[in-house]
Formats: sequence, structure tokens, C-alpha cells
Amino acid sequence: MSRIEKDENVEELENLMENQDIRERNEEYSIGDDRRVKSLSPGALVRRRFFRNKVAVIGLVILIAMFVFSFIGGIVSPYSQDQLFYRDEKVSKDYASAKKNDEYQFLAKDSEVFTSGVKADMIVAILDEQPQFTSGKDTFTLTKEGNNFYSAKVGDKVCGCAYKSILTDTEGKTTFDFDTTFAALKALTNGEKAFSAGGKDYTIDESGAVSLGDKVVGNISSFIIKPANNGVELSKEFRAALVKAVKDDSEKFEALNHKGKNTKFTLSFNADKEVYTAKTETVTRKYDTYSYPSAKHWLGTDVNGMDLLTRLMYGGRVSLLIGFIVEFIAAAIGVTMGGISGYFGGKVDNFIMRIVDVFYCIPTMPLIIILGSIMDKMHVSPMMRMVYLMLILGFLGWPSMARLVRGQVLLFREQEFMVATEATGLSVRRRIFKHLVPNVIPQLIVSMTMGLGGTIITEATLSFLGLGVKFPFASWGNIINDVGNTFVLTNYWFVWIPAGVLLLLTVVAFNLVGDGLRDAFDPRMKR
Amino acid sequence: MRKYIIKRILISIAILFVVSFLIYLLMRCLPTSYVENLARQKSMQPNSKSYEEWMQQLSAAYGMDKGIFSGFFTWLGNALHFNFGDSWHYTVPVTQKFADTIWVSVYMGAVSMFFEIIIAIPLGIYAATHQYQKSDYIISVVAIAGMSLPTFFFASLLKLVFCVKLGWFDLFGLTGRNYEQLSSMGQIMDKAQHLFLPIVVLVVISIGSLMRYTRTNMLEVLGQDYIRTARAKGLSEKKVIYHHAFRNTLIPLVTIIGGSLPGLFSGALITETLFGINGIGYTSYNAMVNGDIPFSMFYLVFIAILTLAGNLISDILYAVVDPRVRVS
Repeated sequence: MSRIEKDENVEELENLMENQDIRERNEEYSIGDDRRVKSLSPGALVRRRFFRNKVAVIGLVILIAMFVFSFIGGIVSPYSQDQLFYRDEKVSKDYASAKKNDEYQFLAKDSEVFTSGVKADMIVAILDEQPQFTSGKDTFTLTKEGNNFYSAKVGDKVCGCAYKSILTDTEGKTTFDFDTTFAALKALTNGEKAFSAGGKDYTIDESGAVSLGDKVVGNISSFIIKPANNGVELSKEFRAALVKAVKDDSEKFEALNHKGKNTKFTLSFNADKEVYTAKTETVTRKYDTYSYPSAKHWLGTDVNGMDLLTRLMYGGRVSLLIGFIVEFIAAAIGVTMGGISGYFGGKVDNFIMRIVDVFYCIPTMPLIIILGSIMDKMHVSPMMRMVYLMLILGFLGWPSMARLVRGQVLLFREQEFMVATEATGLSVRRRIFKHLVPNVIPQLIVSMTMGLGGTIITEATLSFLGLGVKFPFASWGNIINDVGNTFVLTNYWFVWIPAGVLLLLTVVAFNLVGDGLRDAFDPRMKR
Repeated sequence: MRKYIIKRILISIAILFVVSFLIYLLMRCLPTSYVENLARQKSMQPNSKSYEEWMQQLSAAYGMDKGIFSGFFTWLGNALHFNFGDSWHYTVPVTQKFADTIWVSVYMGAVSMFFEIIIAIPLGIYAATHQYQKSDYIISVVAIAGMSLPTFFFASLLKLVFCVKLGWFDLFGLTGRNYEQLSSMGQIMDKAQHLFLPIVVLVVISIGSLMRYTRTNMLEVLGQDYIRTARAKGLSEKKVIYHHAFRNTLIPLVTIIGGSLPGLFSGALITETLFGINGIGYTSYNAMVNGDIPFSMFYLVFIAILTLAGNLISDILYAVVDPRVRVS
């Protein structure tokens, strides 16, 4: 109690001081001068009362900030609302594998003679270092052609050979025929640079690369080297470097890759399979999804790799615009219907009020959900969807406006100023729109301001359920929608909390301003 | 009084008739894709009837094969005999599904309403009696914030804090994993634990408007002449507020609370959906999104009846509680 009295005292004091001011100024004017009286227009009075209400002013400041954020922010932001961002990710990928061949490989010239039984006996003979062995009916002569390279002959005829160094084609497969392989192995053993087989002249270099003319067609080595991806031709240098690295037991080496670029490789050894794998880091381009806030993206990026701050700005535009348009549609229908109903009364009034009753009775939220899922099924384009959403929400919102306007009109209809307009013979239209409606407007503005908050929540809720504004358009509701994914809820706060806070702030601000406006318009409510 | 009530009930029935017709009209305007899809699916199953037969049966099930008017009256005739057909999405009779799911919602609604009342009314009165003081501002702003909180955002925040960070509650569902192994008391406690967060959400979301309503009405009462008289004759401030003012504030409060009683049965669509609680709200949401016409139709008309009942109750209570009000 004492607090209020004090406030009043302070106010009185202020008024006194103001009067003093005026009196001092008034001394310049004559007594009859109008300027002696300080008069304020009703609008100015309302404004004054409004700005005295601190909470309402805070609300107004928040609202202005929101508008600047959404409408100017979108222009200032260097990104657009559906701009996708990518990030380069380094992934260590297998490039090639090498396996040292420790077992004898066999190649038959005459596969009918050189059967698998012969192969087994040949191994025994090699290990026992016997010059000849018998398998089945035939007796074979075993000749050591070189290091780990033996041939088996029946009489003078070579029918098969066993070896550890392998001739492979560029893809790492053994596709060469016996003669070529045999000649190549011989050349390798003898240290020759060239050999010929099947009428073709091959050259062979110290790394084991076999060329036909200028073209490398194969490789001979005790390692089986295969590229990890088909169609990749491993370079001569790479093979040599890989073999060298394996022999030196080094983990890293550098070589030209198949595109002729110097690349770093890491070598790893799988003891189980006895395979060496050369890995290289490849750069992959990906959508920059859910990246944490950084200097480039102040609030990170969302599920699609779009800048969240920018999405929030555009989302604010959509949320605010939808709110305003919906309220205007509702107000336009509501004022017309309520005005007619209140002014004419009687049967018209009864009829319109029954319609209002029916509308009140229709469950709004379920209805919009059903309409939303219908639009889903009919694949309505996102733009048209937004338009429909506004129309539906506006159309469902008018009955409360109509009730309000009707009540106000009924109140004013019987007052003296309306009787006066009738007495002066003004037309009905003029009476309603010039004299009645302006008196209703304060209440209307209050109700619209409060209603805006509600509309924004409704729109956000729908978008949250995935039935409102749709991608590519952003709205605060559909930004939060991502929280339905529990992983996002748990790990990526920056995706949904900012949007929720903005939404909350805006709705609170609309309510505060609405409250302040009501108090300012209707001083009786204040004290 | 009786005449008034009868008149109101008759008007309500007329409104209900129009509303259910409008809802029926809307349902009929739905693209029939759902029926077609369903018929196609069903005809794909082994040993099933042909697509045409299914289509025929499904259309007949909801009177889709009739014209709008005759279809509506068929539905109405069945509905008056409490025959609402079978739910398409849940494949059980609509009334059975309704009976299975309604009580969780009612329980949630009743508990949250109880807390809403015992928190909001005292705070509203406190704010009114301390008008323009710091506590009044705080209560008013908190009330507005509560009213402005989007349900889904608040629920997600609570989930993040209490389910994820603190791990006190489960993210979804009405029962825990070991529900079957619990004793009957344990089962009740388990359900209560799972309903805790949804009820908190409902209370916080709805508390603001009741608080403001209480405050406004209390302020209005405090400005009345009889309060000045009470003060003038030297009654203690306590007696003035709790004996004279509060009783008069109760009039609008009782009417508004009485009017919201039927709303307990409508379920909390968003909250139930977010917490995965199989109440009437969640069930009907799934039905609506999946184009389950019989269930949606039933639910919408049910909500309409609840709304009308709420209005009726609050009007009647207004006349009953306040002897100054004369019914005309």
C-alpha cells in the first residue's frame, strides 16, 4: 500500500513540476491563448501510458529486435536460406594390397600330363632336391631353372613349372599363358632385359615391370600386388616403392599414384592374412550436417547442411508473416461479421452468432492436422501449402474476433454519439465505418496482438508435427522439428534450442505488448 | 431455470448436428487414397479377396458408397446407437480403442488440473493483493511466459534435462522395460513415474491463463464498493481478502473450472504424442494422420460434444453460484 502511495506522490510531484514549467512558459502568452493549456491527443495519451509500462516496453523492444533479426538479418546474412554447405573429410582408404608369395605356383603347359598329383610329387622332389621324380606312369626330370624356379620335363619336353615369383597383369591377375610366363621367369632369373614369347618382344626392367613396347602390360615379382579398386592401374614406381617398403619394414612411403601424382601412403600388415595394405588419405566431399557453431556458421548447420542462423532469420520471417496475415484475415472477416451482427441485431445477429457457435464448436487443432495430412497426400507444393495454411488459420480464427466486435458495437450503439450520428442523418455505412469501427479498434488491436502470439504457436506446432510449413521454407517450428530425432535432442542443442528461445521470446513479447496496450487504451483497468 | 437449461441443451444439439455434418462433409472430401491403399494392401495378402471386393466392403463400412446426405444420416443413425464402426488404422471397434486409451488421458488431465488449481489460484490472489509490487510483476511475467511456451519446445527441454542429462525418466512410453516383473504397487509407481514429465508440461502450459484470470478477477473484486465498506468498518486485511474478496472471486473461477471439466476427456494431443503415451490424444493423432476416417470422425464429434458440454456447464454454474444472475 505504502509503495503505491509513494508512487502517486512522485507522480504528483512530477505533474507539479510540469505545471510549473508550463506556467513559466505561459507567462509569454496572453490569458486567452490556447497555447497556455497543454493538451494531448488521445493517441498521445495512449502512447504515454504505454511507454510508462516498463514490462510492455521490454516486450516492444524484443519485438523490434525480432523484426530486425528476421527481416534485415536475412538481407545481411551472407548465405541464403536453402544454401547447402559441404565439408571435406579425409578418409583413409585402401589403395593397394601386397601379398608375399611363399608357396610354389604351378603352371601347366600340358595339363593332361601335369596333373595335381604330379604337382604334389614335384613339391616333394623340390624339397628333397632330387633330380627326378615319378608320378603315376611318367617319370619327370626336375630342372632348377633359377632361384625358386623349377621346371618338370618328360623326356625333353617341358610340361609344367613351379615358381614363386609371379607374373601378373596390371590388375594383379595371372592371365599370361605358359610360354610368356616361362620366358619371363627365365629372363628374370638370368637377369636379362628382354625376352620374347608367342612372337612378341617384351622388355623387363629391374623393378620387374614387363612391357610390350612402351606399354607396361604386367609385372613379375614375388609379391602379388592388387589395386583395391578395379580399373586402377598401379604405376611401376608404386610397385617398386611398395616392395621396397615391405622389405625395409617401413610404415610410410611415397610413390606416384595411378594419376601420376606424388602421394603419401601408409603401410599396414595384417598378420592373419599375411597381407600388406597400402592406404592413402582421400578427400571426400560431404554435406556439412550438424556442424557445431563456428566462425563460419555462428549457430552451426542443420540436418541438410544449411546455415542455422540464416534459417532462423528466414524462419522468423515466415512465422511473423504468417502470424500477421492470419490475424488480418481473421480480423477482416471478424469485424465485418461482428459489425453487421452487432449493428443490425435481431435475426441477422442471431444467424451470425449461431455460425460463430458452430465455429467455436469445431475442434481446431484436429481439423488442421487432418487438413495438413490431406495436403501431404495430395503433394501440395510448399508455397501453396503456406498460403492454404494462412487461409485455414485465418478462417478458423474469425469467430472470436466477431464476438469481440459484436460486444463492443452493442456497447457503443446505444451511446449518445451514435444517436447523434443518426440524428444528423449520416448514412449507415458512414455511421458504422466512420464512427463505430474506430471505437472498436483499440480492443481489436489488443486482441490481435495477443492473438498473434497464439497464431505463431499454432503455426509452429503444426510445422513441428510436420504438417505446417515445409522444406525448403524455414519456420521456427520446422527447425525444432528435428528434435524428434533423439540423437539430435541429445547431442545437437544448437539445432533446436535457439529456435525455441526465439519462438518463446516472440510470443511473450506479443503478449506483453498486448497487455500493455490494453492497459494503455483503457485507463480504468489500470487503477 | 429448467426452461433455460432445456433451451440451451436444444440449441447445443442443433449446433452439434451442424458441426457433425460439417465434419462429415470434410471427411468425405478427403482423397479416397486411404481406402484405395488399404484395399490394395489387403488384396495383396494371401488368400484374400480381390481389390474390388475390398474396395466395396471398405466403402460400405463407412457409407462411402452412398451420397453425402444419405451417408451422413446412416452414420448418424449408427452413432445414435453407439455404433461408430471399426477403426481402420487400429482394426478394432472405435469404441473399444477409445475405452482402451481414454483413461490415461483423463488421469493425466485430472492430476494436472488439480495441481494447476492449487498453484494458480493462490499465486493469482497473491499477485492481485500485491499489485504493482515486484512479486506481482514476477508472477505476471511468469504467467505470460507459461502461456507463451510452445508445448513441444518445453517438453523437449524437459526431456533433455531430466531424461538425457540426469537420466531420471524414460524418454518415451508409459511403462518401463521391466514393467511386467514389477509388483502391482511397483507397476503403479512405474506408470506414475512415466507420467510425471507429461503432467509437469501440462501444468506449466496451462497454469498461466488461470493465474492471470484469477488475478484480473480478484483485482476487479478488490475495486468494488463492498470491499471498501469492509475495510471501512475496520475488518482485518486478512478477513477482507479471504472472507469477502476471495469468495466473490470464486464465482468466475468456479464457472471457468467447471466449464473445463469436460476438456479432461479430450486428451493432450501434443504432449501425449511427444512422450509416446497411448492416450486418446496420441491415438487420435495417429488415426488422423493415417486417414482413419471412422476414428477421426468419432473423436472430432466427441470433442465437439465436450466443448458444448463445457459451455453449458459453465453457463449453468454461473447462474447457480451467483445468486445475482437472473436467467432469462
